[in-house]
Amino acid sequence: MKTNGGSALIASLEREGVDVVFGLPGGAILPVYDPILDSSIRHILVRHEQGAGHMAQGYAHATGRPGVLMVTSGPAATNIVTPLCDAYMDSIPLVAITGQVPYSAIGTDAFQECDTTGITMSVTKHNFLVTDAADIPQVIHDAFHIATTGRPGPVLVDIPKDIVDPNNPRSALEMYQPDGPKLPGYQPQPEPEATLIADAIELIQQAERPVIYAGGGILKARAAEALRALADAADIHVVTTLMARGAFPDDHPLCLGMPGMHGNYTAVTAMQQADLLIALGARFDDRVTGRLDGFAPEAKIIHADIDPAELNKVRRADVAIVGDSRLVIEAMVEGLAAAGPSPADRSEWRSRISGWRERFPLTYDEHVPGEGLKPQQVLEQLRDGSPEDTIVTSGVGQHQMWAAQHWTFRHPYTWINSGGLGTMGFSIPAAIGAKVGMPDRTVWAVDGDGCFQMTAQELVTAAVERIPVKVALLNNGYLGMVRQWQEMFYEERFSEVELGQAVPDYVKWAEAMGCVGIRAESPEEVEPAIAQANDIDDRPVVVEFRTEATEKVFPMVPAGKTNSDIMVHPSQEGQQR
Amino acid sequence: MSSDRFHTVVLRVENKAGVLARVAGLFARRGFNIDSLAVAPTEDDRFSRITFTVDVESAPLDQVVKQLNKLINVVEITELDPKSSVERELMIITVNVAPENRGQVMDLVRIFEAKVLNVGYDQMMLSLSGAPSRVDDFEQLLSPHGIVELQRTGRVALRRLDKIQAAPSAEES
Ligand SMILES: Cc1ncc(C[n+]2csc(CCOP(=O)(O)OP(=O)(O)O)c2C)c(N)n1
Ligand SMILES: [Mg+2]
Repeated sequence: MKTNGGSALIASLEREGVDVVFGLPGGAILPVYDPILDSSIRHILVRHEQGAGHMAQGYAHATGRPGVLMVTSGPAATNIVTPLCDAYMDSIPLVAITGQVPYSAIGTDAFQECDTTGITMSVTKHNFLVTDAADIPQVIHDAFHIATTGRPGPVLVDIPKDIVDPNNPRSALEMYQPDGPKLPGYQPQPEPEATLIADAIELIQQAERPVIYAGGGILKARAAEALRALADAADIHVVTTLMARGAFPDDHPLCLGMPGMHGNYTAVTAMQQADLLIALGARFDDRVTGRLDGFAPEAKIIHADIDPAELNKVRRADVAIVGDSRLVIEAMVEGLAAAGPSPADRSEWRSRISGWRERFPLTYDEHVPGEGLKPQQVLEQLRDGSPEDTIVTSGVGQHQMWAAQHWTFRHPYTWINSGGLGTMGFSIPAAIGAKVGMPDRTVWAVDGDGCFQMTAQELVTAAVERIPVKVALLNNGYLGMVRQWQEMFYEERFSEVELGQAVPDYVKWAEAMGCVGIRAESPEEVEPAIAQANDIDDRPVVVEFRTEATEKVFPMVPAGKTNSDIMVHPSQEGQQR
Repeated sequence: MSSDRFHTVVLRVENKAGVLARVAGLFARRGFNIDSLAVAPTEDDRFSRITFTVDVESAPLDQVVKQLNKLINVVEITELDPKSSVERELMIITVNVAPENRGQVMDLVRIFEAKVLNVGYDQMMLSLSGAPSRVDDFEQLLSPHGIVELQRTGRVALRRLDKIQAAPSAEES
């Protein structure tokens, strides 16, 4: 069939099963926007291209399908650099289509020209500059293949205008169906080596203090069920990193919750004192390890990851397994069944763990009349007042840590946040993307006032497109996380962290954007506000909670310290460790 | 330069626009210190060969190889340890040679089996191809005469053949 590059591009997206594209048009991408009108693909018109990127991320994380965004050249391409980098750090499968000036104009500083592939080279798994219309179907197929296999990640396809413009002879092509990817240098290795699994089983059997360190790779590999089978079979405790919250149910007796800089005492300390860490789809991030030379000093390491470059990158592994987390775990479960019960005596370890759990639960001070709301309590009330399979997205800051700590995640893919890059403003667009992908689920965006002001404009998108997300805005009037560091480590010298609680008026702002705006200032107002928000299903809702500015996130491992130096909540300081 | 510290790595890459930028960009952002780099087409025009030496004190070789492997356009990576490979480098060099020193320089040319490419009134342009360490020696011995300009290609290397088929030249180290 004779066609042109623009139509071929849209047809190729349809073939990849794309049902929704997040984007915003402009000069160079105009010819691709025309065939969208005749396509089954739903296009969501964002208010800022960064929003399109984070929406595609939220969609991808919630559904497991790649997120797709489409924007024009130049400033639009630069506007998506942040979400591309975010997706790269957190291994989210995205395909970004960018318009580019006509091929003959590249390199001439043409209007809205920028070196998109050059700029995005280091924040994408791969990128393509397509120079020939006939390559479009193959490149789109390759892009989806790269984005979704191996370690997932963002792929960008830069498309010069002339090869998609039907009025240009360079756009003519004969449409075809690619017969598989054409990528001689790309061979992910999902199958683990059997001998390594056997080595791992031996270490697991001998370990007296084993901990499973579950990372975001578990979710990417759809391995949550397998993980549960492994923990049950081996009777080993599990920590779930910030990227893996929900990969193992928080209400499971073997779940220790989140480790890391703001992890709970038991998770952090169990890792620290373990004699074996079984790291699955995790990458020993500095926010998890604390000071590296003091991290888990007695632990042997089994490290499985689909990305060979993660193995031995930060911490040397005793058994390093390249493979897809689900296949690795399933092989381990089989191996353990064959090996029988562990001969190791783990009773002392178990009692140590239950002791920490008793002495160091997550805690916070009670609300003081006349002061702001306790953010932790607000989040617990939100959790208890919302469906148990609610999808929670988050911005970056104190509110993010409190949400990760105080929510009870019972299902995979219910927690979506920006872990590796820590991008403020992530939560609202990510929530919109998640809701588009999972329209029957309740989606709450937990946000800070600083974050809200970075991407709130996408609530206009949500209102107009009828995507009824809910925003829990924890308004402490501060860049709270930075304030906390200044209070604790800069002698309370507060430099450029006060935003003020009253301006902007978030309720009015919400209403102006076509949302319902609700404000809760006193504890009695919290539950009714949540109930009211959960009842609204035809438009977005913003609930502003006026929270206490001085509240700090505990526990905390100060930067540069080892995990053994974890600071607990002041009320637990005297406790025997 | 000690040979333990610098390892030679050969990449077979797809012959596509921007591949060198991807490789160079990776070196820069991961802090890999590259000492020498040579790029050229191969016998198969779909691929090029990039030969480089990396300072393994700047990053473990294992990481260098694995990170490069993540580049989609990198098809194959071979690490050539000096003992099992033959390395060559080409240098062309212009030196000051006053007429009375010509004999000395020509002795060096003969000893190293170098070539004279061009002769001026008081300068000579020479070329030498050989193992990088020999090229180093030649350069050093010429330097008292005054080096006007020099260009080295960066090393290229191939795996050494099995002993039986090899015809080792005197030069191989
Ligand atoms: C884009 C971006 N800029 C700056 C930062 C640094 N930063 C991390 S947390 C934070 C404060 C966030 O404030 P807010 O959204 O109000 O959340 P809070 O900590 O008060 O809950 C800042 C500025 C960041 N992570 N991202
Ligand atoms: Mg704040």
